[in-house]
Amino acid sequence: MDMKTLYLTVPLAPLAGAIIAGLFGRAIGRVGAHTVTIAGVAIAFLASILIFQDVLAGNTFNGPVYTWLTSGDLRLEIGFLIDPLTAVMMLVVTFVSLCVHVYTIGYMADDPGYQRFFSYIALFTFAMLMLVMSNNFLQLFFGWEAVGLVSYLLIGFWYTRESAIYANLKAFLVNRVGDLGFLLGIGLIWVHFGTLDYAEVFQKAPQLAERTISLIQGYPWALMTVICILLFIGAMGKSAQFPLHVWLPDSMEGPTPISALIHAATMVTAGIFMVARMSPLFELSDTALSFVLVIGAITALFMGFLGMVQNDIKRVVAYSTLSQLGYMTVALGVSAYSVAIFHLMTHAFFKALLFLAAGSVIIGMHHDQDIRNMGGLRKYMPITWITLLIGSLALIGTPGLSGFFSKDSIILATYASDLWGSGFAAFAVTAGVFVTAFYSFRMYFLVFHGPERFRHAHDTHDHEADKNGDAHGHHHGGHAAPHESPWVVTVPLILLAIPSIYAGWAYIEPMLFGDFFGSAIVVNHAAHPAMQSLAEQFHGAGAMVLHGLVSLPFWLAVAGVATAWYLYMVRRDLPEKIRRKAGILYTILERKYGFDDFNDWFFAGGARLVGGRLWRWGDVFAIDGVLVNGTARAVGRLAAVVRSLQTGYIYHYAFAMIIGVALLITWFVD
Amino acid sequence: MLENYFPILLFILVGLAIGIGPMLLGWVLAPNRPDAEKLSPYECGFEAFEDARMKFDVRYYLVAILFILFDLEIAFLFPWAVVLEQIGAFGFWSMVVFLAILVVGFVYEWMKGALEWE
Amino acid sequence: MTFPMPDLLPAAPEILVLVMACVVLMFEAYAVRGQADRSEIVARPRVAGYVLTLLTLLAAAGLTAFTANGVSATTFSGMFVDDAMADLLKLMTYLAGIAAAIYSRQYLADRALMRGEYFALLLFAVLGMMVMISASHLLTLYLGLELLSLALYAMVALRRDDAVAVEAAMKYFVLGALASGLLLYGMSMLYGLTGTLELNKMAATLAGGVDNPVVLAFGLVFVVAGLGFKLGTAPFHMWVPDIYHGAPTAVTLFIGSAPKLAAFAFVIRLLADGLQPAHADWQQMLAVMAVLSLAIGNLAAIMQTNIKRMLAYSTIAHMGFLLLGVMTGELNGYGAALYYVVTYVIMSLGAFGLILHLARAGFEADALDDYKGLNSRAPWLAALMAILMLSMAGLPPFVGFYAKLTVLQALVGAGWIWLAVVAVLFSLVGAYYYLRVVKLMYFDTPHSHEPVLATPGDARLLLSVNGLGVLLLGLLPQPLLALCLEAMRLTYG
Repeated sequence: MDMKTLYLTVPLAPLAGAIIAGLFGRAIGRVGAHTVTIAGVAIAFLASILIFQDVLAGNTFNGPVYTWLTSGDLRLEIGFLIDPLTAVMMLVVTFVSLCVHVYTIGYMADDPGYQRFFSYIALFTFAMLMLVMSNNFLQLFFGWEAVGLVSYLLIGFWYTRESAIYANLKAFLVNRVGDLGFLLGIGLIWVHFGTLDYAEVFQKAPQLAERTISLIQGYPWALMTVICILLFIGAMGKSAQFPLHVWLPDSMEGPTPISALIHAATMVTAGIFMVARMSPLFELSDTALSFVLVIGAITALFMGFLGMVQNDIKRVVAYSTLSQLGYMTVALGVSAYSVAIFHLMTHAFFKALLFLAAGSVIIGMHHDQDIRNMGGLRKYMPITWITLLIGSLALIGTPGLSGFFSKDSIILATYASDLWGSGFAAFAVTAGVFVTAFYSFRMYFLVFHGPERFRHAHDTHDHEADKNGDAHGHHHGGHAAPHESPWVVTVPLILLAIPSIYAGWAYIEPMLFGDFFGSAIVVNHAAHPAMQSLAEQFHGAGAMVLHGLVSLPFWLAVAGVATAWYLYMVRRDLPEKIRRKAGILYTILERKYGFDDFNDWFFAGGARLVGGRLWRWGDVFAIDGVLVNGTARAVGRLAAVVRSLQTGYIYHYAFAMIIGVALLITWFVD
Repeated sequence: MLENYFPILLFILVGLAIGIGPMLLGWVLAPNRPDAEKLSPYECGFEAFEDARMKFDVRYYLVAILFILFDLEIAFLFPWAVVLEQIGAFGFWSMVVFLAILVVGFVYEWMKGALEWE
Repeated sequence: MTFPMPDLLPAAPEILVLVMACVVLMFEAYAVRGQADRSEIVARPRVAGYVLTLLTLLAAAGLTAFTANGVSATTFSGMFVDDAMADLLKLMTYLAGIAAAIYSRQYLADRALMRGEYFALLLFAVLGMMVMISASHLLTLYLGLELLSLALYAMVALRRDDAVAVEAAMKYFVLGALASGLLLYGMSMLYGLTGTLELNKMAATLAGGVDNPVVLAFGLVFVVAGLGFKLGTAPFHMWVPDIYHGAPTAVTLFIGSAPKLAAFAFVIRLLADGLQPAHADWQQMLAVMAVLSLAIGNLAAIMQTNIKRMLAYSTIAHMGFLLLGVMTGELNGYGAALYYVVTYVIMSLGAFGLILHLARAGFEADALDDYKGLNSRAPWLAALMAILMLSMAGLPPFVGFYAKLTVLQALVGAGWIWLAVVAVLFSLVGAYYYLRVVKLMYFDTPHSHEPVLATPGDARLLLSVNGLGVLLLGLLPQPLLALCLEAMRLTYG
């Protein structure tokens, strides 16, 4: 088969599945819907493997496959850029998507929107693949918007829930802020480079490295810095970086499979991928890199803190995702792009695993998500227990597991950087290790160990029941015992657990230190030596594990686990006491640093206020009163306003026109 | 020089004669029995001097507007008639089309009953 | 002086429409006379006027399409021109007229408005637009404008027992008269300055320089104010929400679509043709108006609870966007604006068509709340509405996106980057209220579970074609865009 056909197959197969399941969902039924979409994604996965091997053999591709629109100088075309970076992303996306598809059969089994759901996730897979395979900014932007749109649809999938609607609106609006930056960045590229093609832009970039533009008269800015920061603002929205992170925790209102697919493994990493793809541009601006670095460091540490106080199992994992995205961003900031992609890959595996396992727990708990109501589940859900433990161990960086290699590389790379802000970043990522270990195992212990609190969940006398001790177990009004999930749920868990264990060990050497990425990632080693110093310290995966056992991060992780064990297994009264002692601190964390409150108050409230003012001002002229209220209630009021209508508010209109003319005249006639 | 104006003088005299003649005849020949109604000034059925803020039948406006429409057409016809020699066939047919369209409007208002008082 | 017999061929479609409008009117007049009991007739849908109107518009479209050859033909002593832009705009006008007639039929029948007058007025309005589109002389331009305006005033007042509609008509009429006054005043100044009413000659005179720039600026301000009113751009937009809201939806549909094409032609003929040498002056005015319109339109739309009113404010914003294309003063900008107005008319027809489609006797379906949970009551209509709303919001892959993109591109190409940024910002604000409609339809629970009434199949079919067309034109934007750019190039290149 022709390679170009194969490339086209990858995105089009899921699209075909999505269209069939979406349009003919009712006709083909549930089995039909999941069969076609899974077949589509499976085909895409197999094709990705073939392409990956082809890329390993040294074949890359860059060119248009379809010309869409020509208007003047602007040429919009669909093109593919297939290189190692793309190939890795394609593999990750299709593999995780496949696992999630299979898992969904079990998770959504009772949902009336079954076919619609499959259609959406297949559509998402298509959009994400178009995003990563793009060879130009416009297609990138389309993919970017399309994944955002599907994400919006999926967060609000259970649209009868008020909170889901709030969450999807929030996700949409916050992402618009990021997209504005992204679009402005692309616009600047178009203005200054005259093209939107990656290859041409990268080729011209060094010549424009010194160019400056003045946003405010008299203060020149380096063009590259402005472009890179604007592009990164886009990435901040999509990859939920501080302060645009607020939408991601709320997005957990969506069904768990999409939390795993979209809000952990793929869509949120689009920002990371994009910055790595733009490495030839980012390498030209130290300022932009510092910006990336600091934002990433803030996200990595402070979002981790929030994970420590969450009680919703999915929210714990969500904050952990935020924190890990921060790690990837830090890696980008220190020019360790390949490390960021490496962590993106390992993270996709173990975080998808954690989400799906959390989903399995939720199924087992009959859709109760509060970890305070769980405990002792390991007896009832052995497969889920083991796989979630593997995922957590990988997440906290247990030497030998995948997360260890990628995360330790990020930490080491940060130490080696001398960029402005790298000192803070080094502290943040190191301290983050302890935080990560703490919240991961807090959740783990609360869910799988300790007393079986679920028997008393929903009991109004919760507190009293605790005092009496659960062992005596009056089974009044509690849950039925949790049960292990069906095989369609557990098989994807096992499938994801495998790469969570071995992917780090196997791929670190070729991906980070070999010539795997080739020209896909450009690093100016003279100015940003992190990768080189990393390579100097690296003596094989085994040596790294041995070295890891005596390094600070490992012991911090151990300390984190130990703290969690002590607080939640041994002295279970302590967390409550700490909470009372550290009142303000706890409140700050509980309210997520007040970002949501601020946004609701300032942006949402402000917009409503401005809109309201304008409307009322228009009202004086515009007699909304009659027509708006007339449709609603008071007939008497209607009559009154109708009368006031006839007394001639029309003068106000005429008056406004005259004023307009007068203003234009004073303005233009001199 | 002055004799050039003779036709005009003649025209004025004839005009006066035709205007005054019938009135004179009527005054001389007709029976003359005046009463209060007959002596009051006549203006569209209204009292000539009274408060202007009175109820007014809206149909007056309808008639007035329709009248103005067709009256303006006359204002257009006069200059046209004067220069008809110069503007040729196109000028002639233009006015025919114009009048035809006007007739369409006239027929419409007539059929719709806009000219009927009740 | 003698007048030569003019070549009537370029004006053949106009003549046809005029004759047929008169025929439809006569039909109505005699239909009433022929029946003894009038109330019975009013209740019974009168199909003849409807069919004649459709046939007329189709025939006119045929005439225009067959005589379209991309060459400018002038007739009536230089007062009338038939060129590529005119042909394109006229074809769109017929399309809008046909769609308006088909969409409105059921609505009019439900409200005893299915009378010859609606169709005769529609044809007269179309004729007025055609004359405006083909005008190359200030008098022709004004003649077409007044013919259009008078027909529209009457259409708004078609429901003469409805206080709101009559109120709207009155307002429209008085304000329209004021705007016409401003426009005429501006035109008279331009005439005084240049000594000609013919647009080409006016441009030539102005290009030679003027003695009195103050008079020119004065004239420009008044002319632009008149244009602003016809387009409905701030600060001359006050009438738009009231008239859109007050008029029967069938009339709103018409007012909200085709006249925008004529207003665009008006702007182009007057500014780009006659006043091109004064480009630097009017450019600034248009920029101010465009920004104001974008701001007021998008922000005020957020607070509306009535969808007709919301779309009225959205029109103001769209017309602001249109002005951005025109103000560049370049061929690319004109082409982009043409593309914008054509696509806007298609979207607007679809959106109002849907409102008409959902309305039934005694229920207008014009409150936003009426759209709650539409998806569960009529999924296909909800999907069409969603397509139209997303397209109006300017999201890819719908045609509205490309319309905005081409205008922005022309704007950036002409060096107006800050304006482009402002336009994008306000479009983002605007996206909110369009998406709110989508949210209402898909995520809210419906007020009533009454099924949507079965409506005539032809209207339903056309509506589907309309909505899917917006999607299709977005997926394959090239042909229409190329057509618009080419028409502009042929006309003013």
